Amino acid sequence: MSRYVIAVYVDNKPGVLTRVSSMFTRRGFNIDTLTVGEIENPAYSRITISLSGDEYTKNQIVVQLNKLHNVQKVKVLADESAIRRELMIIKMKNNPHNRAEIMAAAEVYKGKIIDYSVETISVEVTGEPVKIDAFIELMKPLGILEMCRTGIVAIERGSETMFSQEL
Amino acid sequence: MKLTGSQIVTECLIEQGVTDVFGYPGGQVLNIYDALYKAGDRINHILTAHEQGAAHAADGYARATGKVGVVIATSGPGATNLVTGIANAMLDSVAMVAITGNVPTHLIGKDSFQEIDITGVTLPITKHNYFIKDINDLAPCLREAFQLAKSGRPGPVLVDIPKDVQLATAEFTPEGVVPRLPERKSRDKRFDEAVKLINECQRPYIYIGGGVMSRNLGDEIIALSEKIDGCIGCTFMGLSSVPDSCNRFLGMQGMHGHYASSMANKKADLIIGIGVRFSDRATGNTLKYAESAKIVQLDVDRAEINKNIPVDVALVGDLKDSLSRILEAVDKKERPEWKSEIEELKKEEALIEKTNLENAKGLHPKYIFDVINKYKTAETVVATDVGQHQMWAAQFTRFTKSRKFISSGGLGTMGYGLGAAIGSAIGTGEKAVLVTGDGSFGMNLNELATAVTYNVPLVIVLLNNGVLGMVHQWQNLFFGKRYSNSVLDRKTDFVLLAEAFGAKGERTDNVEDFERLFSEAMKSEGTTVIEVLINEDEFVLPMLPPGGSIDDIIVSIPKEDKQ
Repeated sequence: MSRYVIAVYVDNKPGVLTRVSSMFTRRGFNIDTLTVGEIENPAYSRITISLSGDEYTKNQIVVQLNKLHNVQKVKVLADESAIRRELMIIKMKNNPHNRAEIMAAAEVYKGKIIDYSVETISVEVTGEPVKIDAFIELMKPLGILEMCRTGIVAIERGSETMFSQEL
Repeated sequence: MKLTGSQIVTECLIEQGVTDVFGYPGGQVLNIYDALYKAGDRINHILTAHEQGAAHAADGYARATGKVGVVIATSGPGATNLVTGIANAMLDSVAMVAITGNVPTHLIGKDSFQEIDITGVTLPITKHNYFIKDINDLAPCLREAFQLAKSGRPGPVLVDIPKDVQLATAEFTPEGVVPRLPERKSRDKRFDEAVKLINECQRPYIYIGGGVMSRNLGDEIIALSEKIDGCIGCTFMGLSSVPDSCNRFLGMQGMHGHYASSMANKKADLIIGIGVRFSDRATGNTLKYAESAKIVQLDVDRAEINKNIPVDVALVGDLKDSLSRILEAVDKKERPEWKSEIEELKKEEALIEKTNLENAKGLHPKYIFDVINKYKTAETVVATDVGQHQMWAAQFTRFTKSRKFISSGGLGTMGYGLGAAIGSAIGTGEKAVLVTGDGSFGMNLNELATAVTYNVPLVIVLLNNGVLGMVHQWQNLFFGKRYSNSVLDRKTDFVLLAEAFGAKGERTDNVEDFERLFSEAMKSEGTTVIEVLINEDEFVLPMLPPGGSIDDIIVSIPKEDKQ
């Protein structure tokens, strides 16, 4: 089992995300995260899917995605060349016993305090998913009230792009 | 010119060369049916008894003619009744366009009367589908639907049109028939590897499927088999794409395949799969499938490569292109040892068949098919339902032309046959034969009304064994003869039933009478039902047990073990 990130250019139309996610259910593929957003050309959206699976699963996902009419381009981003980022917002209890520790951890992890109230502190952390995982581990004993993660977005280093080589 | 949405639907159909559509009217397609009425001199609509029958008819029409089949249904239950028919077309890669009406856009999402999200429902069983919100998208989407349905690996496309879009108006300019999308050509590097494997092999097995039928490549397949001195076997979906008179053709392989074909598949050192998908019914236990063979696969659908069986070399692209290039590039070579091995297998098969005929309890179905083969012409379509009769039809019907065997392969839809037979008879203008069973026929026999109303030239051979035969066979072999709900203790009189619908009805329990009745029915007009009483303990053989491999093949069962 390896971890993969697959980038997918799709038509920016209603229902396209359903078509993509329905294919995963239908074929029995499990995904870890899925993010979607518009790109510079409003006609398209980019879906970033991260998953764990074997070579067979990865290949099947690519070819099955390519069969969908609204999918324009699919690329597996190589683990070593992909820059992967995720954003998390985490809401912590604010009290004299944990306040300093949260602030210190946020500083080390280059997080931002984005909200501060009498009872809560909200921190934004961005980075590799492992970094986010590590930050959550630090926060667990301090009383997590709520958290949310965006899922992974990824792009390749250097001049390599989605369209620089034929699949 | 400015047209309403409904007029655009009919004009687009006519523009795309559609001459016949199947369907059933209802509240949300009244406007489309009004437009069809007005265009009645240019397009023919066949009203079925049920939307499912219409979908199967459009499917049978498409398979028999090679054109895109079209079906129309109303919203809600009309649309959901199409679902089995659409799924059936999807699994057998049949080009079909389904058009459904829906409630007006302002009522969408309100759980309105007869409102169903049919694009959502059919998402996993269509190649693509459209929900039209804007009248200006209607004509382009309909054209694209036809293009997608017939391009690459064919399949069904659904277009859902809310009532207000049918009423709205837009500028419409007729265009020509949309062409199939161009296919990529297979890569040269892979191509050379494939040629090398073929040239170096000793025992080539050319394994053809629905793709060969779809692209009409029977002649090229025979030419290849002659050039490399190989044998040809097929999948269920490949039946009739190569004439049975071809000496190299061994017939269907797989779960109920011909003995020689399945054994040759096992003994081959190279399987050249052309337009096949290595379905579980064809391979049995995938771990033991073709252990001693290399596999070259030619297919238009990249997703079929390495999906079920890992292959050594794959050529992805248009089959006609790949196959004609392979045919030209491979060495002409004699392979006499393989040829004599095949001849041995054929002899073994003949012995097995002889034993099975001797072990028959009563009239063996093969004799029925001998009669059908004798009286049908090269142009006669033989459609089937699903079950034992279907496998017997696959084993014993002889074909001389492509697109003449029409049956539900991937989905295995009981109740498919009658609609499909009606569709194929209407599409070809020729008399069609439906071979069905008492179980399958019971599912959609309401379409007898359609056959009679339109005076469809159709002979229905109903093999009645009083049981759900295939279920019965499995229960006999693998469930300790516990016949749970497979015994049809029905009192249906199929002769009276046929006559009640206005068709001719006949009954026999022997082959002499059957020959007389069948030959008369083939000459007469309209629809005839011939019920043939057969023994409930007749088995489809050979059989690979579920999950088993060719090593577990059951070739015959002694007479005394059958009850």
